[in-house]
Amino acid sequence: MTDTVIHTNGLTRKFGDFIAVNAISFEVKKGEIFGFLGANGAGKTTAMKILCGLLSPSSGEAKVAGYDVYTQNESIKKHIGYMSQKFSLYENLKVRENIKFYGGIYGLRGADLNQKTEQLINRLGLENEADKLVGSLPLGWKQKIAFSVAILHKPKIVFLDEPTGGVDPVTRRQFWDLIYEAANEGITVFVTTHYMDEAEYCDRVSIMVDGSIAALDTPEKLKEQFKTNSMEGVFLQLARNAKRSE
Amino acid sequence: MTSDMSAIKIENITKTYEKGKVLALESISLDIKRGELFGLIGPDGAGKTSLFRILTTLLLADSGKATVEAFDVVKDLWDIRKISGYMPGRFSLYQDLTIEENLNFFATVFNTTVEENYHIIKEIYVQIEPFKNRRAGKLSGGMKQKLALCCALIHEPKVLFLDEPTTGVDPVSRKEFWEMLGRLKDRGITILVSTPYMDEASRCDRIALIQKGKIMDVDTLDHILEKNYQEILGVKAANRYDLVKAINQFDNLKSCFAFGGEQHVVLNDGFKSKDEFQQFLIEKGIENLEIRVVEPDIEDVFIKLMQENSND
Repeated sequence: MTDTVIHTNGLTRKFGDFIAVNAISFEVKKGEIFGFLGANGAGKTTAMKILCGLLSPSSGEAKVAGYDVYTQNESIKKHIGYMSQKFSLYENLKVRENIKFYGGIYGLRGADLNQKTEQLINRLGLENEADKLVGSLPLGWKQKIAFSVAILHKPKIVFLDEPTGGVDPVTRRQFWDLIYEAANEGITVFVTTHYMDEAEYCDRVSIMVDGSIAALDTPEKLKEQFKTNSMEGVFLQLARNAKRSE
Repeated sequence: MTSDMSAIKIENITKTYEKGKVLALESISLDIKRGELFGLIGPDGAGKTSLFRILTTLLLADSGKATVEAFDVVKDLWDIRKISGYMPGRFSLYQDLTIEENLNFFATVFNTTVEENYHIIKEIYVQIEPFKNRRAGKLSGGMKQKLALCCALIHEPKVLFLDEPTTGVDPVSRKEFWEMLGRLKDRGITILVSTPYMDEASRCDRIALIQKGKIMDVDTLDHILEKNYQEILGVKAANRYDLVKAINQFDNLKSCFAFGGEQHVVLNDGFKSKDEFQQFLIEKGIENLEIRVVEPDIEDVFIKLMQENSND
């Protein structure tokens, strides 16, 4: 059990009569890269909000980093990192200011925060850019900084919500190098994406359809199961039968 | 190519921002034929939206010339606005009007009625018609996309400008959207569509690959793949992290990037010995190693062109 970072059992969330998340059960292990896929409206965002401690479930169980989503959601927030393509860094703050701001939000303080900030700047080789506005940097760098900031406080798990949307093919792949590195250091990575080739980079993948988890396994086994040679093939077979679209 | 065949003609368009400090488009030239489904393919920040805004008369270029259906984008802006449909990347319909109200509004602005041109939007509109009294702000992403397309089509435009219509959309909805575009093309509408999803290139008659304000290549997908052929090795092993680390230590490596379940590896020009590469990886302790020659796809080519462009 100590190696389980996310545990859900029958996790459900209703909005009125609408069952956004319908009794999902799964576990994610320490250091795993877990792909969380589904069509628009399948319930991914709702499920992710619950796991990040931002929304209460209607029923079922869920524990994240050992904390209960019903009663310990403030503790969850301290032990996770979060990054998305849509919202990451403040363009009008300098690189160093962004790092300190987010570090502070994640609970780092004083000398510890200063030290971790300078370490990160050195590690990313951004000594000359540290006092530049984030808005002036290329997208690839912004993403690198955003991801590094999300794991600055050494969370047990980092949630990445479509981290690579609209990014060029090289930057997109360099971003995955960062993900592998983090996973190798023992950080669990929970990632959503609309790029099906990225699904193949995950250790395991779940695919949500109409609020339920329709499939969950390694990419290899899913491809075998659905008799296709790509994750796109798996996804199309499952999502084509979806009844609801957002 | 004669200009009367052209629906969109772009000649040496340059656009900068912040008093010339940021170069958004660098002397872009393109000739898009009537009835063509033309894809502008490139990542965020490549300059796609700037080009769309110039062509739809919403932004002035620093220099260069462009025409849409022979109308000049500066002099004849009112003519262009009448014959163009534009779906911007960011949802820009009225959030507090209903589906029906938005559609009526756009029809009225263009001096027509929904009834008159219903046949053009019918196929798309029937999918959202059951919700016609719902406010646009309350619609799902997929429904917003369909409504925006209807509003861009309601005045029967000759040229349709679609700026990243499929960004953030799941693979199933993306597929449906492209099928819809194919049918609009069959009606003779010229479509210029931008996308950051490289796999959508196969849906277009011709594509331009754009990166950092420059067009790296323009052609049919097949020609682009052919012209830029290079041998690519698909490499797989038990532990991917270790594999990538080992590959990156190989001296004659040109590039190594993840592609689905395997790494796509390009070795330096003239370096032909795959055996040596394989031996190197085995000596590094890589287990269950599999190496095969793979056909390059559009992303392989885009990466190759990106690297060539950043070298010069």
